[in-house]
Amino acid sequence: MAINLDAKIPSGPIEQKWNKAKFDYKLVNPANKRKYSVIVVGTGLAGGAAAATLGELGYNVKAFCFQDSPRRAHSIAAQGGINAAKNYQNDGDSVFRLFYDTVKGGDFRAREANVYRLAEISVSIIDQCVAQGVPFAREYGGVLANRSFGGAQVSRTFYARGQTGQQLLLGCYQALERQIDAGRVKMYARHEMLDVIVIDGRARGIVTRNLVTGAIDVHIADAVALATGGYGNVFYLSTNAKGSNATAIWRAYKKGAAFANPCFTQIHPTCIPVSGEYQSKLTLMSESLRNDGRIWVPKKQGDTRASGQIPEDERDYYLERMYPSFGNLSPRDIASRAAKRVCDEGRGVGPGGLGVYLDFSDAIGRLGKKTIEERYGNLFEIYERITGEDPYSVPMRIYPAVHYTMGGLWVDYNLESTVPGLFVLGEANFSDHGANRLGASALMQGLADGYFVAPYTIGNYLASIKPGGVDEDHPECRLAKEEAEARIQTLLGIKGKKTVDEFHRALGKIMWDKCGMARNAAGLEEALPQIQALREEFWQNVTVPGSGAEVNQSLEKATRLADFLELGELMVRDARVREESCGGHFREEYQTEEGEALRDDEKFCHGAVWEYQGSEQAPVRHMEPLIFEHVHLTQRSYK
Amino acid sequence: MKLTLNIWRQKGPNDAGRIVKYEMPNVDEHMSFLEMLDVLNEDLIHKGEEPVTFEHDCREGICGCCGFMINGLPHGPQRGTTVCQLHMRQFHDGEELWLEPFRAKAFPVLKDLMVDRSAFDRIIAAGGYVSVNTGCAVDGNAIPIEKQSAEMAMDAAACIGCGACVASCPNASASLFTSAKIAHLGLLPQGQAERDRRAVRMVAQLMEEGFGYCTNTGECEALCPKGVKLENIARMNRDYLKAAILYREENASAGGA
Repeated sequence: MAINLDAKIPSGPIEQKWNKAKFDYKLVNPANKRKYSVIVVGTGLAGGAAAATLGELGYNVKAFCFQDSPRRAHSIAAQGGINAAKNYQNDGDSVFRLFYDTVKGGDFRAREANVYRLAEISVSIIDQCVAQGVPFAREYGGVLANRSFGGAQVSRTFYARGQTGQQLLLGCYQALERQIDAGRVKMYARHEMLDVIVIDGRARGIVTRNLVTGAIDVHIADAVALATGGYGNVFYLSTNAKGSNATAIWRAYKKGAAFANPCFTQIHPTCIPVSGEYQSKLTLMSESLRNDGRIWVPKKQGDTRASGQIPEDERDYYLERMYPSFGNLSPRDIASRAAKRVCDEGRGVGPGGLGVYLDFSDAIGRLGKKTIEERYGNLFEIYERITGEDPYSVPMRIYPAVHYTMGGLWVDYNLESTVPGLFVLGEANFSDHGANRLGASALMQGLADGYFVAPYTIGNYLASIKPGGVDEDHPECRLAKEEAEARIQTLLGIKGKKTVDEFHRALGKIMWDKCGMARNAAGLEEALPQIQALREEFWQNVTVPGSGAEVNQSLEKATRLADFLELGELMVRDARVREESCGGHFREEYQTEEGEALRDDEKFCHGAVWEYQGSEQAPVRHMEPLIFEHVHLTQRSYK
Repeated sequence: MKLTLNIWRQKGPNDAGRIVKYEMPNVDEHMSFLEMLDVLNEDLIHKGEEPVTFEHDCREGICGCCGFMINGLPHGPQRGTTVCQLHMRQFHDGEELWLEPFRAKAFPVLKDLMVDRSAFDRIIAAGGYVSVNTGCAVDGNAIPIEKQSAEMAMDAAACIGCGACVASCPNASASLFTSAKIAHLGLLPQGQAERDRRAVRMVAQLMEEGFGYCTNTGECEALCPKGVKLENIARMNRDYLKAAILYREENASAGGA
């Protein structure tokens, strides 16, 4: 199949592109909308917002999530905030500045037109959420409050304590429940998407497994939207929820949707360090803590004194030293690598030396404990519960952890993948964050895609096709269903010696060691056969107890891991070919004398777009060139 | 440390279920409670037995998936903590623990410690929202909101929908859950237009689902992992009483050009 990477960017000045596109989009007559059906997979900010909005517009929507309720999607765990170019602080913010910061923060590997639209829409998101009753933080005068986030010198982050994701998601979930009550959205909770159905070159439905009864079903629609989040769990340990998985996007990839920049992974600098072998996930401490917390390690290697015993002049506040203008609010990729560097030098703190201090004593001294408690109280409590240490009296210990994946399914300006009728929203697509996402921008993108972009672009697609025309008995549907059933039977029948988690940990170790915070050619070349061997062993030696006709959490994990074992290989291939460092992708061979990421714009100023070629052949790498007309390609400097 | 676990095992919704005893000889105090169950499950799988099913997802105490009874307390002994955030340093060597699913008529058991809480979604669907379609919002700062109201709304909105309030209540009442949403939206100017309708419809759904009545025992507040307050129930009752008198479902015969 010839792949079409036309990004379909509207013509005209960047400020007018989105308005022009909205005017040029074809419309579906209000009376005809109910004749069209749309499947939305995932009910986080992107999927929940899209399903609710499409329902409000009058389409027939079927929404799916694997959790027991759409309110559980992992967007809920986002802590710090959501960016918007409101300039309520009168500190010089603008749509253009948010656009500029996002392109620069992404190390010039995102499409300008998409990012501009994101910045433009950001302001409407806040209005919509306030109207829904999202209880954002407010000043005494009753106006919305803001805080600062990494990679920006203006204060544009809106927040609801340390639970911004939760509150935005609940707003979105409530809008969705309203449509469910109105009968315009049919909700399928506890349903996992196992495959996408492509008929005559168009996405026409999905195959799902009912996670309670085990029933495998086919669902048909006129368009399919995937909003299934990122794939950070390929590393086993990440800040993602345990159930977060790549199956939906990976299955779509194998059905013809190209995958872009799979190696672009964000390592978040402020997570609670690993405490033991049993560790099941990593917990993030919001980046907002860096507004008031100061990051430091001892100047001396192997200094084992307690933090309070180390005098001020023997501490290295390394972010403030290395990046004086952004200091502790340097972007995530830069702060993560700096932490790794000081730990590699033997100056890390805590068990195993894999940690740095995030110290609030100055802020508590300056602002008082009460203010700090108001700002971060719940985060401090989380920290204390997990570690048993009180961050009001001793500094937090933090270490970087896998957090977000900028890569994802390739989409054009309309968020449509290379499979017509298959749209991809939120973290699941690759579009807006380039090689590094700025803090508080994931919520912004999820809601922009879901509330304000996809409802227009999906409408435009539907206006160009006739509704209906296939049913569940179509041979492609039967085939996809049979394949999904056979795969499950195979997994249950292996009855080997190792558990799914054992394989997952092994995959995670390969990925973290060889394709994690720092990568090099030799490591990546070792990783490829290691992953292939692990995958082979998995299909011969995994044990999945129970049957397929009941709640079976081991089986759920197994089907997800089977896809991670393939995706991991693609990430390694992508990281190997991209012989430059940019954003979260740090190739040790390509760095400046000061150890900063060294881009190669001559060779790599493009999105790497991978096309599946069947299980026997290596995938093909295509390129979508990136053209920067508004933001000059420069080496990022936060000094 | 060494622990003895007595865990409710129930193959499916129609199985009778029973308590099964497991010995945990080597529990690390830095583990989370769910990580301890992970270790047990890995062990069970190696022995060819079925692992214990329990719901969980974010493991950060915010998604609301997890929750079961530990020695009769939802989410276990530590106040203000979901079971995924509960760490083993809260227990001592030699302790014996009983793990059971949340029990309520409206929360049928699906398997082992996993229950069906979809009744909560239907309560929200009955009116736990502001009817504002995408695109018709005014500027975020157009309506000032008193800081205190915003903070109180946030306190109520912090509910994670885990169901601990139902599990802790002798009447299996979902009043704390329902009232938290009624209070959250009722405290904000955006929630006023539908305040009566919301109270009437959500309370009707609450009863429809088979939850019990609230008799102000206060167990829900004491055991809520997010500190949602009993005063929300007073707000709900006030809104409901007022709405029961004033609110009428709209007249269906309206129409015209």
